[in-house]
Formats: sequence, C-alpha cells, structure tokens
Amino acid sequence: METVGFAFAAACALLSAIFVVRSSNLIHAVLWLGVTLLTTAGLYAMLGASFLAGVQVLVYVGGVITLMIFGVMITRRHDGLVVQADSGNPARGMFVAGAFFGIVAAAIRLTDGLDVAITPDAVSPADLGRALFREQVLAFEVLSLLLLGAIVGAIVIARRRDPGAPRREPLEMSARTPERAPEIVASEVRP
Amino acid sequence: MTLSTCLLLATALFAVGIYGLLTRRQAMAVLLCIELMANAANLCFVAFSRFRGGVTGQVFAAFSIALTVAEVAVGLAIVILLYRSRGDTRLDLASEMKE
Repeated sequence: METVGFAFAAACALLSAIFVVRSSNLIHAVLWLGVTLLTTAGLYAMLGASFLAGVQVLVYVGGVITLMIFGVMITRRHDGLVVQADSGNPARGMFVAGAFFGIVAAAIRLTDGLDVAITPDAVSPADLGRALFREQVLAFEVLSLLLLGAIVGAIVIARRRDPGAPRREPLEMSARTPERAPEIVASEVRP
Repeated sequence: MTLSTCLLLATALFAVGIYGLLTRRQAMAVLLCIELMANAANLCFVAFSRFRGGVTGQVFAAFSIALTVAEVAVGLAIVILLYRSRGDTRLDLASEMKE
C-alpha cells in the first residue's frame, strides 16, 4: 500500500516536473510546478514530516506559485496573449541532465547502507519545534534577518528607475475601453 | 520505499531541473527550474531525516524552504527590473557582462 502510494506520488512529481520544463506556455509551466510541489508535500507526509508538508503547501503552493504567476503576468509582452518560453538546444540540456543523473544514480547504487527500510519512530512537530527554538535558535534568528534583508533588497531593486529609460505612460496601459478595442486588437495581433 | 529510491527520485527531479535550466531562455522559466532543483534538495533532506533518524534533516529542510523564498523574492525583483529596462525578459538579451 505504502509502496503503491510512493510510486504514484513519484510518478506524478516526475511527470509534472517534465511538463514544467517542456510546456511552451509559461503560465501552464507555473501551474505544473504547483502540482510538483503539492506531490512533494504528499511525499513529505509519507516520510513522516507532517509539519514540513504543511509548510510546503502554505509557503510554496500558496505563496511562491502566486508570486510566480504575478511575475509572469507582469513581465509578459503585450504583443501576444500566450507567453512563449523559448526552448533552445534541447540536445545539450538532455546530455548534461542525463550525465548528471547517471553519475549520481551510480553513486547511490554503489553506496552501501542506503537500502534501509523506514524506521518506525517519526520526528514529531514538537521535536522539530524544540530543535528549531533551542539548539538552532541562533541560525533561526540569522535566517529571519536574511529574509528581512532579502525582502527589503527586493523592494529596492524593483523600485529603482533608470532615469534615461522612457517611462511608459500609465494611461496607455489602462485605456482599454470598448471603443478602443479594435485598434488595440489590431496592434496586439501581428501576423 | 527505501532511502535509495527516495534519493533516486530526488536526483531525477534535480536532473529535470538542470535540463530546464539549460534549455529555457525566459528569465521566469529559469526561476521555475531553480525552484524545482531546490525542491529536490529538500526532498533529500527530509528522506535522510526519516531513514537515518534525528531531527536535523527536517531543520535543514525548513531553513532551505525559507532560503528559497528569499531567493524567489530577489529573483523576481531582478526579472522585473530586466523587463522594465528592456521590455523583454529573454536572458540572451542580457549580455552586457560578456563584453
């Protein structure tokens, strides 16, 4: 039963990961990444990390995927409706990824003691909390500082305006009234 | 379900991420592939924590999740800056550092 569940989750994760890197519509790729992260949360739950499974769903699927969708929508070009993700040179990527997988899989196969079955005692969320806030409390605080710095830095980077760059008029972006629809469509759909 | 199958799955996910990283040209798609690879690494941490016992693996995974979120925030800001200064986020256009 457990093996079947694991095989199913693993197949889902792998397939959706392949869709993430192959789908030509970027929004679809983001949604497939959401499927991958959800199945990974299921795998965490199977591996006894229930707290991390919850964190994965909350932070990744709830936060990061939403942020990514916003990012794709903000940075899409306005001359087409579908965001194309150009794939160039698939043979080289296939070779490097295959070589990486082959080397690491061979190393995993050759290492002794990795075929252990699951141990009955799972780490409880209480244990995790004790470890986070007792032994690792310094690292935890440093991490919170790093998050704060990263978010302030992200705001600073995204706000900076290049004085030489021509500013797009806000009116031009928002003036999508029904009367202007024919000319907007004519300018957006190019052969 | 043994430790080696979990590690093999994580390796496969990471390899898929490498493939995407090398073939994609859109900055947002590259960010997605980095997410995929970080996710595979987290899976390794959790698997080691489960099969070897001990809480350290899960602590590492929690820290790694937070780090990835910070990285996504900064990455998105850079992508938006790229879009604002060029009007396009194809990475082969951003080649000033080459010269």
